[in-house]
Amino acid sequence: MGSLPQFEYFEPSTLQYAIYLLNRYGDSACVLAGGTDLIVQMRDGKKVPKYVVNIKKIPQLNRIEVGEKSVVTGALTTVNTIHESHIIKEIFPALHQAAGTLASYQVRNRATIGGNLCNASPAADLAPPLLIYSAKLKIVNKGGENVIPIDYFFLGPGKTVLEPGMLLKEIYIPKPKEGTRSVYLKFGTRRAMECAIVSVAASIRLEDGFCKDVKIALGSVAPTPIRAKTAEAELLDKKIDQRLIENAAEAAAKESRPISDIRASAEYRRDMVKVFVKRALYSLVEESGGSK
Amino acid sequence: MKQRIKLFVNGDVYEVYTEPNRTLLDVLREDLELTGTKRGCDSGECGACTVLLNGKPVNSCLVLAPEVDGQEVVTIEGISKPGSPLHPVQEAFIEKWAIQCGFCTPGMIISAKALLDRNPDPSEEEIKQALAGNLCRCTGYVKIIEAVKAAAEKMRRSGS
Repeated sequence: MGSLPQFEYFEPSTLQYAIYLLNRYGDSACVLAGGTDLIVQMRDGKKVPKYVVNIKKIPQLNRIEVGEKSVVTGALTTVNTIHESHIIKEIFPALHQAAGTLASYQVRNRATIGGNLCNASPAADLAPPLLIYSAKLKIVNKGGENVIPIDYFFLGPGKTVLEPGMLLKEIYIPKPKEGTRSVYLKFGTRRAMECAIVSVAASIRLEDGFCKDVKIALGSVAPTPIRAKTAEAELLDKKIDQRLIENAAEAAAKESRPISDIRASAEYRRDMVKVFVKRALYSLVEESGGSK
Repeated sequence: MKQRIKLFVNGDVYEVYTEPNRTLLDVLREDLELTGTKRGCDSGECGACTVLLNGKPVNSCLVLAPEVDGQEVVTIEGISKPGSPLHPVQEAFIEKWAIQCGFCTPGMIISAKALLDRNPDPSEEEIKQALAGNLCRCTGYVKIIEAVKAAAEKMRRSGS
């Protein structure tokens, strides 16, 4: 491990000042949230910022707020806070489960939801659940704020729509309709300190055995976390049976665009997409009291 | 540019002048000479550098020095003071032979203490989850898990 590069350090106590600094220093500045990715990347020489802007002193960014239609989390909410929140566990079980599988307890005490998204790893644990819950992201820049669906946020490994000078402020997660079930499954060779080989988040709402709503998202099998929309289309508005689930799993595998790397080959990943989408859907249908 | 930070470690106040590109682990080991906290991977994988930051276990190699200005840190040296009895977790690690080379032990003890503070009666699965970020290359973890169970029982019995 190398040493950290030399940088100038800022601790803005207002959002306004943080945005000013990030605009002033542009791409020679890095935002520091939890630091569990940034500090490692700086040590590896992958990021060599001249300026580090620690945003943890900005108030109001570390919170979970329950509204009538959605839950808002500040970008600095730690992964453990998400995991330990009863509200998240009850309303967004897949997000709760994903938070519990991220790295280790120590890392989860520092890592933040915003950092997990902005680091834009294809394997980011919190991304697939936020995709199935149709989260919206509030982004702040010099001109003001705008809100975008999470579907448009990721551009590639380590790349998001955020440009220098912009900051992710809040994540809005709409409450799912009553009767919606959701789950996150992570597949790796270990159960902790693990980057997923494949991860799947899925949600489904059944009425009399008919699929009224379905969302499937995949991690680690494309340049970004993705929705498996053709797999969803296989199920929507149909009476769920074993054949349909098999078809959907097959479609998800086809939609995935995995690479081969040290953790798994592309072929294996694609097979595992099929296995884990199937597992996720079966468990949700069972939970919903439907027949297989 | 060096900056002044003031931090509370094991109940004492320290003032340190440091460049911002150093970590809490660097400050503890090099400036305060509290070398009980170990440097393993220096990248948040091994947990040997685990300390309590405001009561919560974190990897001190993943915290920049200026971030701890005004914060409270507990290291292995603060778990039991010299001259006073060992903490029940420390006693249990000795009694159960949960130590071999000892390099992971300070981090293990911090993680185990933090677990028992938030959950006095953890299941084996909960112990494994809580210690998942602490690697041990000697023991195979069996003795460590036994020690945490024994410590939990000691602490429940004594009501501490």
